[in-house]
Amino acid sequence: MKHEGGEFAASSGLRVRVRSERCQGHARCVAHAPELFELDELGYSHEIGAGVVALGLEGKARLAKANCPEFAIEIIEEGASR
Amino acid sequence: MSDRPPVTDWARDFDPFEQRWLDDPYTIWNELRERCPVAHTDRCRGVYLPTRYQDIRDVAYDPEHFSSRRLSVGDEELPLISSPPVTSDPPDHRAHRQLLLPAFTPAEIKKLEPRTRGICRELLDGLAGKRLIDGAADFAQEVPVRVIASMLGVPEADGALFRQWIHRFHQHANDVPGSLAVIDEMTAYFAPFITQRRSMPGDDLISFLTKAKIDGKPLTDEHVDGTLRLLLVAGIDTTWSMIGTCLWHLALHEEDRRRLAAEPALIPTAVEELLRAYAPATLSREILEDTEIGGCPVKAGQMVMLAFGAANRDPAMFPEPDRVIIDRAENRHATFGLGIHRCLGSHLARMELNVALEEWMKTFPAFTLAPGAELAWSAGIVRGPRQVPLVMG
Repeated sequence: MKHEGGEFAASSGLRVRVRSERCQGHARCVAHAPELFELDELGYSHEIGAGVVALGLEGKARLAKANCPEFAIEIIEEGASR
Repeated sequence: MSDRPPVTDWARDFDPFEQRWLDDPYTIWNELRERCPVAHTDRCRGVYLPTRYQDIRDVAYDPEHFSSRRLSVGDEELPLISSPPVTSDPPDHRAHRQLLLPAFTPAEIKKLEPRTRGICRELLDGLAGKRLIDGAADFAQEVPVRVIASMLGVPEADGALFRQWIHRFHQHANDVPGSLAVIDEMTAYFAPFITQRRSMPGDDLISFLTKAKIDGKPLTDEHVDGTLRLLLVAGIDTTWSMIGTCLWHLALHEEDRRRLAAEPALIPTAVEELLRAYAPATLSREILEDTEIGGCPVKAGQMVMLAFGAANRDPAMFPEPDRVIIDRAENRHATFGLGIHRCLGSHLARMELNVALEEWMKTFPAFTLAPGAELAWSAGIVRGPRQVPLVMG
């Protein structure tokens, strides 16, 4: 599934990833960054598409990570690829 | 509880039923974290108390050594009472929990928001014009009782009965026969509903459970009853305690109250901070095998209290942990637990808290604690104010 933001908007050079073995469904990431995360039917989170963080969403990505009680979110720096 | 010998050393002989603990556990926990981060007591048949975030987290993440089959501590031993999934351990836990998860996702809970708002409006309209209000009895206790009744598909009018059960659980927090009597009454209450929904299912949670299967087999009546008792108690007591605590905090902190009245968009962030500062639930674990917590050896057969409120005030994890900063942006609090037992109802609780505070602040933006009011806090698994006497305006 491709997210239009990730596909077409300029990338910040960051990518988010949910370590699904750690996720317990607190859903704080979705509360802070609904553009970057979504929940499955049981309420577990995953990144949308490839997890590409569009320019301007870096702050939300960091908040999502900083508010995850299970430390399940990674932010990967890939270098700007515009 | 008045004949209990007073505590002189909280590190070696703490007592979770002593008045000082009930009034202000935070000061005790903070002091222990500095001095003896894994405290112990021979009271309550032997209990350990970790107060550092990391140690509490480690225990929550280790269900092999720390079983959930007993969740509370007390002077006498409670028989094992199954309330899946909260009392389930691996490997059964996964299936017990998985079947309930779809009913408690944020998207499902969102559907209950209009009814919750309606309940809050009815209650607040009924309080209009009053000068003295008990924020606990007149509002906080009513909201989750009615919401859970509508979710389970039992009459909202039975709410008075549910409240009476919860009050008796508080009263008998350290009294086994008293607690068992309430559990028996709850089982007797649910039995006809379970029978009836097995033959004529609706779209409520009781029907959902009677239709659910594990490994192709329907749940036993005992399993359904255990889960229903859990949903009722956990869904009411925690949330009402937290709504009451929010009102109590705002009544005492004028600057926070004014800010929320002026900036209702800040309520969800403030709710997270109030959840962090005043986590209502302390669940316990039974130690199955000798092991250690934070380097401290612990013995099989004894209990460990998981004081999530202590984890939330660890300065190693939260800057200025004793200050309530209602716009705290980074807040990975442990109030809903950590690991496989993350509170199933966390999204329900958040929705109720946010809606209740939004509607309350819209109706009553100005209120203070009644002069001379003395607050009594409940003992046991859930800590909350039994009354919140408020003067409006």
